[in-house]
Amino acid sequence: MSMDRRRFITISAASLSGALLAACNANPDRAQKLLALAERGNRRVEEGLFRHTAMNHVSPSAPIAGASFPKYRISKTVPIWDTAARGVWRLEVSGAVRRPLALTLDDLMKLPRITQKVDHFCVEGWNARATWSGVRVSDLARAAQATDDAHYVDFTSFDDDYHESWDMASAMHPQTLVAYGMDGYLLTPAHGAPARLHSPVKLGYKNTKYLTKVVFMPKQNGGYWSDQGYEWYGGT
Amino acid sequence: MATLVKRNHWVIRLTHWVNVVAIVIMAGSGMRIFNAHPAFARPGEHFPLNPWEGRPIPEWLTFGGWLAGARHWHFAMMWLLVANGLVYLAFLFFHGEWRDIVPRRGDARDAWEMLKFYLFVRRDHPAQAKHNALQKSAYFAMPILGVIIVLSGLAIWKPLTLGFITRLFVNYKWARFVHFVAMALLLLLALVHVFMVFAVDPYSLRAIVTGWYDRARSPEARNARPFYHLFGPAREVPAEREVPPV
Repeated sequence: MSMDRRRFITISAASLSGALLAACNANPDRAQKLLALAERGNRRVEEGLFRHTAMNHVSPSAPIAGASFPKYRISKTVPIWDTAARGVWRLEVSGAVRRPLALTLDDLMKLPRITQKVDHFCVEGWNARATWSGVRVSDLARAAQATDDAHYVDFTSFDDDYHESWDMASAMHPQTLVAYGMDGYLLTPAHGAPARLHSPVKLGYKNTKYLTKVVFMPKQNGGYWSDQGYEWYGGT
Repeated sequence: MATLVKRNHWVIRLTHWVNVVAIVIMAGSGMRIFNAHPAFARPGEHFPLNPWEGRPIPEWLTFGGWLAGARHWHFAMMWLLVANGLVYLAFLFFHGEWRDIVPRRGDARDAWEMLKFYLFVRRDHPAQAKHNALQKSAYFAMPILGVIIVLSGLAIWKPLTLGFITRLFVNYKWARFVHFVAMALLLLLALVHVFMVFAVDPYSLRAIVTGWYDRARSPEARNARPFYHLFGPAREVPAEREVPPV
């Protein structure tokens, strides 16, 4: 009896580890399917945990990263808006809205201003603090009268083809800003001038810099890093 | 064959081997994630507690290929690790096996005696129940490290939505540090555990696969130290020393 049991367990252990190895190496497609399933499940868990009342708290005395706040872009050179070639920079708010907007930096600065010291969480594992000034994306949605079809928001940039789309709930979080100021000054080109998306609710790569368009959409359309294999949700 | 006892319940054996798979993948993918920024300070900041700040973990120890791939493995396998850990802890609690690993009065002294035995200061193997006192403390520390790893992991996975957990570890940076150090300690314990299996009690391999264990070949019966009396002759041991299988 003990031999039978032993053989049974040995065989089960062998086939279990075989299946796992197959999942990891010999059959990457199956592993990818499993991982994609886990990502979908995780996204549901993350959306379920998400609350507009859950805020990023940074103590008023906590030091900011200042000049050492990391900079990053996709283009080979720092993208600078070329007014001569492209005209005055405007932020387009469009898509599933009743009143599309095209806001100059002056228009943006006339909207209710939020200034907040928050964390920036990078997917690489570091976080850095800065004080951001700008307009809540939820205020832009209200001004443009986003419709009931607006379930997602895409944030497009002029940093090559960089863009990232968000779920509506994260975009409407009170700490999600279209920021034009950093640490008390207007944004510099290195940090996404003239305006960028900034929020502690998503990982850094979801926070589009060099912003040109905020498009409300019924469906999500991926994003620069999401399309290359990073989680689309990318929430904190 | 009267010395043959059923030592490990099938739940213990199953959760043990699922744990091996889950921990190997979690640790490998975790180290690949760490390598995306192999430091605890953000760029431009100093972190005094890590002497190897900025130095990545050797590629061959990592799993997942690249940051995004490792993250997918990590966030998928974490569910298996947690589910398996909960089954194990619930079984231990309801089935009574917690008695095998929860420290008791006298364990510190027994551990000291075991250490003396391993260092040739003491001649005879101290009497023990299922595990010796050193094993007990290691097996007790593992689930505690597991809880710390899961909590600090949640703290860095969801620093905003689960910010109250992040604040348990002061902030994001310290939670990440705790997550890493607890992982390193757990891996160290696991390595020592595997070493001791092969150096002191290879017969326990059978007990963690089929459940059966020959008491006549226990380290206590063989008076075995690491690499000493490794395959000693079977000897009779008083039956009452072995905690009866439950």
